[in-house]
Amino acid sequence: MQQRMARGEAAALGELYDRYAPLVHNLAHRVLGDDDAADRVTREVFGHLWEHPDTYDPRQGSIRSWVANVTQELAIERLRQTEAAAYEASGDASEEQFTALEEKIRRVSAAARADYIVSSMPAPLWDALKLAYFQRRDYHQAAADLGVTEEEARRRLRLGLQLLSTANTRAGEGSSSPGAPGIGGAR
Amino acid sequence: MTGPLDGGHREGGEPDEPAAVPRIPAPRPAADDLPLGRTPPPAPPPPPTPPPPPTPAPETEPEPPDPDHPAAGPAAEAAQEPAPEQAKKPEPAQEPVPQQAQEPEPAQEPEQAQEPEPAQEPAPASAPEVAHHVLTSLLGAWALSVCSPEETTLVEDHLTECAPCAEEALRLRDAVGLLHPESNLDLDPLLRSRVLENCLGRRPARIPVPVWAAPYDAETARLDALLRDIPDAEWHAPVRLKWFERERSASRRTTVAGVIGHLLTVDGVVAGALGLEDPLGPDAPVAPAERTEVFWRTCARPPTRALHEPWRELNHTLIRTVSFAGRGAADLSVSYGAFALPLRDALLDRAFECWVHGADIAEAVDYPYEPPSGPHLFEMVDLAARLLPATLALRRRSGLAGPAKDLVAAGAPGRSLRLVVEGPGGGDWHIALDSPAAIGSPERSVGSVALDAVEFCQLVAGRVAPEDAAAGQEGDREAIRDVLFAAASMSRI
Repeated sequence: MQQRMARGEAAALGELYDRYAPLVHNLAHRVLGDDDAADRVTREVFGHLWEHPDTYDPRQGSIRSWVANVTQELAIERLRQTEAAAYEASGDASEEQFTALEEKIRRVSAAARADYIVSSMPAPLWDALKLAYFQRRDYHQAAADLGVTEEEARRRLRLGLQLLSTANTRAGEGSSSPGAPGIGGAR
Repeated sequence: MTGPLDGGHREGGEPDEPAAVPRIPAPRPAADDLPLGRTPPPAPPPPPTPPPPPTPAPETEPEPPDPDHPAAGPAAEAAQEPAPEQAKKPEPAQEPVPQQAQEPEPAQEPEQAQEPEPAQEPAPASAPEVAHHVLTSLLGAWALSVCSPEETTLVEDHLTECAPCAEEALRLRDAVGLLHPESNLDLDPLLRSRVLENCLGRRPARIPVPVWAAPYDAETARLDALLRDIPDAEWHAPVRLKWFERERSASRRTTVAGVIGHLLTVDGVVAGALGLEDPLGPDAPVAPAERTEVFWRTCARPPTRALHEPWRELNHTLIRTVSFAGRGAADLSVSYGAFALPLRDALLDRAFECWVHGADIAEAVDYPYEPPSGPHLFEMVDLAARLLPATLALRRRSGLAGPAKDLVAAGAPGRSLRLVVEGPGGGDWHIALDSPAAIGSPERSVGSVALDAVEFCQLVAGRVAPEDAAAGQEGDREAIRDVLFAAASMSRI
């Protein structure tokens, strides 16, 4: 795919969009909370991917994670710009507001990472989590619903949360460097 | 470089990191000796250690995550993407463990290995015991508050005395806060063309998709988006396909999946003309209706969602192939048996069919489905208008259209009907009535008929009967009738 993009094959771009547009739009929406802004970021993201196919390094992960990284970076950048512009417009750019913005960025970054993790999580784990969390089934019932042993149900719930918890872990790490981690090799 | 979503990469993950980490509280009573009936301590225990980094003990720490194999994303994704949802229960679900869940399983192993079964034996009858591994296995359920009250008590007791478990419990509780319903925001179907346009403006394609393939690209993408949105069961929703045959409406029942099979089957004609593999095999007939019947008949079982992927793949292959084929490919002849079309028209016709059947599917599953964009709709109307004179001639030979009244020399203006198509995609056409060799001409117009672009397309698709086409008419009634019926007769299954 990357080679086809690098070659300038428009058909590859269409395929890339078909495969990843829902992911990109959802992540952007999670960060920005607004449909129009998510549309704009989606446009920027694909523009970036198409212009810089060489920033994808297969050794760093899948195309999917590359796409997600670029999305998160550009969405956060936009969030930062809009919020900063709002502060300036109000003529009130205090230290507290800056801190609040950083906190917000930390929060939405974790939420977006969590979405990404969920979207890449093996379906059996997500199914178990959905039963437990959204349908409030206890794990004995969840096991019965899924047709697995209770031990397996416990395992899936724990493993699912473990995967999800890495979204928070990295949020903590990221907060020390507000510059937001770069896109694969693009910095 | 590794971004935030790659998983695994930890900045500053020096080898001595574990030293900075609180150690497991000193030797504790065998973790496995928790008696069942203890009085419950106050719920959610305070974290025994300050926040992260969650590393239990140096010697049990698995090697730091390998940046070359980022954990969460790719690993989990590899496990998910290929297999259909259920098939992969045990194995793939486990795969992420080694990379992802660094602490839990491995961390326990040593303890359990050292004090395994024997630990249970010394404390017999007094109270039932719960093994450490059982307690840790409950942590996820506990964090989600889906344990029984007894289990909750057990876990919470344990957490007061087992730092690694307490740490994990806290982490998993925090993770619960990240759960929110899958957002299924519908992507604006028009976003795709805006996004692609922007991309190609920023960096022009060296191998573009030919303009005449654009409607096919857009329509298949729209249908694909709809198909991705509908649940498995809807693939079996009944769909009635309609067309116009022997001067009246005909129809046939199938399912959503059956329609996709039909589209795949007929797209296969174009694939065959391009030298690609025919999805129906080398000896398949070329006539669309016949092919479809063969496909439906030879389906061992009712078609399912499994057709989605091959259909979409064929779309992509066709688009890719015509992109590489270059300019000359546009006029390549695609034979449908009774008639043939140049490739550019054949692909436009496939786009038209894709829209029409997409709308059938959308109606069957109660989804909104818009008409194609104005420029694409225009191309579709134009194709039908261009095919009308030959269709009229064919019908005349079967006695289905009035006789030719004024045959002119080939290329000369002949008697014409003005076709006024309104709305987006609309325009004016002059349909030569007496011979496909004549040129439609405003000067020799005998009347006009006006209708909306979408309605005209529905007429051509056999969705609207010629008698019912709410058309504004003026002039030669017979000519109008012949043209409307000829338009309807172009429909097929």
